[in-house]
Amino acid sequence: MKISALIFLVLLFAAFSYFMARQKITTAYRQHKSKHKILTLPKYFGYVAALCSLLPALLVLLFLQIVEEPYINSEISTFISASNIEANQDLDLYLNEIKGADTPEKVAALSEEKQMVYQRYHEIEQTTARTISVVVLAISILLAIWGLRKININTPARKVFEKIIEGILLLAASIAIMTTVGIVFSVLFESTRFFGEVPILSFMFGTEWSPQTAIRADQVGSSAAFGAVPLFVGTMLISFIALLVSVPLGLMSAIYLSEYASRSIRSVAKPVLEILAGIPTVVYGFFAALTVAPFIRGLGESMGLSVASESALAAGLVMGIMIIPFVSSLSDDVLSAVPQSLREGSLGLGATRSETIVKVLIPAALPGIVGGVLLAASRAIGETMIVVMAAGLAANLTVNPLEAVTTVTVQIVTLLTGDQEFDSAKTLAAFALGLMLFITTLILNVIALHVVRKYREQYE
Amino acid sequence: MNNTDLVKKSLQKRYLKERIFKTMGFVSIATAILFLLILLTDIIGKALPAFSQTNIELQVELSEEQLGINANSSEDDIRNADYRKVIREALLGLFPDVTKRKEKRELYSLTSMGAEFQLRDTVIENPEFLGTTQTINFLADDDVAGVVKGNIDRNLPESDRRVKNQKLGWIETLEANGQINTTFNWQFFSSGDSREPEMAGIKGAILGSFFTLLVTLALSFPIAVAAAIYLEEFAPKNRFIDFIEININNLAAVPSIVFGLLGLAVFINFFSMPRSAPVVGGIVLSLMTLPTIIIASRSAIKAVPPSLREAALGLGASKMQTVFHHVLPAALPGILTGTIIGMAQALGETAPLLMIGMVAFIVDIPQSVVDPSTVLPIQVFLWADSPERGFLEKTSAAIMVLLFFLIAMNAIAIYLRKKFEKKW
Repeated sequence: MKISALIFLVLLFAAFSYFMARQKITTAYRQHKSKHKILTLPKYFGYVAALCSLLPALLVLLFLQIVEEPYINSEISTFISASNIEANQDLDLYLNEIKGADTPEKVAALSEEKQMVYQRYHEIEQTTARTISVVVLAISILLAIWGLRKININTPARKVFEKIIEGILLLAASIAIMTTVGIVFSVLFESTRFFGEVPILSFMFGTEWSPQTAIRADQVGSSAAFGAVPLFVGTMLISFIALLVSVPLGLMSAIYLSEYASRSIRSVAKPVLEILAGIPTVVYGFFAALTVAPFIRGLGESMGLSVASESALAAGLVMGIMIIPFVSSLSDDVLSAVPQSLREGSLGLGATRSETIVKVLIPAALPGIVGGVLLAASRAIGETMIVVMAAGLAANLTVNPLEAVTTVTVQIVTLLTGDQEFDSAKTLAAFALGLMLFITTLILNVIALHVVRKYREQYE
Repeated sequence: MNNTDLVKKSLQKRYLKERIFKTMGFVSIATAILFLLILLTDIIGKALPAFSQTNIELQVELSEEQLGINANSSEDDIRNADYRKVIREALLGLFPDVTKRKEKRELYSLTSMGAEFQLRDTVIENPEFLGTTQTINFLADDDVAGVVKGNIDRNLPESDRRVKNQKLGWIETLEANGQINTTFNWQFFSSGDSREPEMAGIKGAILGSFFTLLVTLALSFPIAVAAAIYLEEFAPKNRFIDFIEININNLAAVPSIVFGLLGLAVFINFFSMPRSAPVVGGIVLSLMTLPTIIIASRSAIKAVPPSLREAALGLGASKMQTVFHHVLPAALPGILTGTIIGMAQALGETAPLLMIGMVAFIVDIPQSVVDPSTVLPIQVFLWADSPERGFLEKTSAAIMVLLFFLIAMNAIAIYLRKKFEKKW
């Protein structure tokens, strides 16, 4: 039975028990003499009865769906080893070939042995599917009947229903935790496999990065070195340039908009900042690679400098512009949280506006601004598309902004796009880099959020 | 000299500093505006040629014996006839002095690779054309289009020019005969990706984005609203809830590429879901946009005045009824605005989708959420990487379409906010 049909039937039974339960309680209420004791609407009894059959059935279905594929795979492999078929290729590939045969022509094209396996696979698949349907339907029907029999006027139906809903709401809120756990486990698991092959110290402190592994032993330049220092330095360099652009410009924009700008300037500038914030990073990347980088190269050459066509400067500059709205809105928040009395006190003592801002507002808002800068740094470090399109690919240990450098995110993308076999150190390295990226940004975020929160509390 | 004089003396300097400071502020905001203007004009300027399509008008002789079919042939036969030859002969007819093999090959490359399919479809639609001579507009190759649109400079010396003198001569003859014309490029919106710039379109990418966003919306909206309701209305004050809140705030700042790693390790490798499918992309993007929508929904719920809740509770509604019957409807405009902004963010997101294999070259237009497909930003990324000059304008045009959708979504969000926002 198809899964959609199964779900439809389960829903049908749930709807059926909803109506039956409501009917049962409505009749019971009619027979009940003292109507003032009625506290719960009949529909709540219906809801409870329906959920009683629906929720367990769906949970069991979900569970069975998850274990179905591993089960079938293990059954097939036992069959293959039991019947002495020489699966002289990778088992996964073998199974894929058999599962991929979905038309009669494709089945006919399989070898005789494989057709045997195919038959067996088909049988197993059908029995599993049938078992799943039977189990789920049985649970759904039995629970529906049980619920209908159990439910009566004295059931605290509304309370039960509301508890269930609250549980579902809590579950939704916990998805954030599950996501974090998922991220941590997925990068940690693959990273430990990577560190089994490459020692962690040579990864963290090695200065040579060339992830290409040799296919033939006599190939040149394919020694597979996984020293990540050039990537860290490249990331730092580009992020530093980006912060150098975005922090002063963002902070000054925020100050100008909140302290000086007339209404008409503000009505132009605010939407512009919002648009800048909303432009996808791939667009910035395209602009950086095709317009800014050649421009900087031309400018440098006219001054007699040699500039790489994928210079760190171009990527950093454009990334800086991208972060301006982020810095400006964060600074705007913290500046407006400074109490008006401080401002008025300073102005009242005869300070000019700029003196008030530089000597009173900024020192008072400093923790918040620092927090904002840290968040901006975390954005810059994790930014991917701009650097993938505008920064280089080759690892180059330099702090010269006119040369091409590569970053952690660029390497993750290049290692994981295209053909990959999942067990090579090359793809696992991407997860180790991902782990570094996650840890760094996590630390920055936690510190920044903590600082900002402490700062807010100070003036509340 | 007394203090007043000292102050007066310093005043001029202080006012100058004040003016400098103010100008610095203005310059920084002006820089941002200037940058946006440069970016937009640059992209629009590059994109405009992509919206016109260059055609070559050719007289083709659809003789029945040469094609080996007639109006009564089966559709399969009509489909498999050799149309390329017909077009080649039409070109040779125009330039009969071309005889060398190499030159012929150059001549044949005036029309696009897609021209024969264009002719085939025309014949299938109008079988009565068989046996007649028809004048048909054929799609020109992107080199021809480059010359006509001025992307390839005719005055360059031959060695630096992509199109050689002979070919340029043919093109100029065709132009002089009025056989080259340009029309609006509908194909850009109605076809999928292609290796040939003149045939490439973004319909596949738009539909891929649509399916991906559909999955994202279906997952993230209910979950985010439920989470926001719980955290604002039901959550007790304890460590676990604090932990959830820290997690949400932190997830909002985790780099998007890390979500891609999660998608690759968990959904593709562990649950063996299909690569390149919008359903996986949608799940990953919904995990990514959840924090945004949760935070927006929470502030919308928080903005509903307590008096509303107290009134409902006072009339005997339960907590759950209060929330679902009164608080949630009042907070819905704010929640919807937050959701649309989250969706706009998801529409522009590229990096996590690269990780789960949506970066493949896919010609077919996706029909459902499990078909392999790509999305608009990734189409931009793919085309930006292509060396052909014709793809440069396509990339910019795709960016324009992407920005159009983003602006439309944000405009809807602003409209909703203006229309339904209540000041309590």
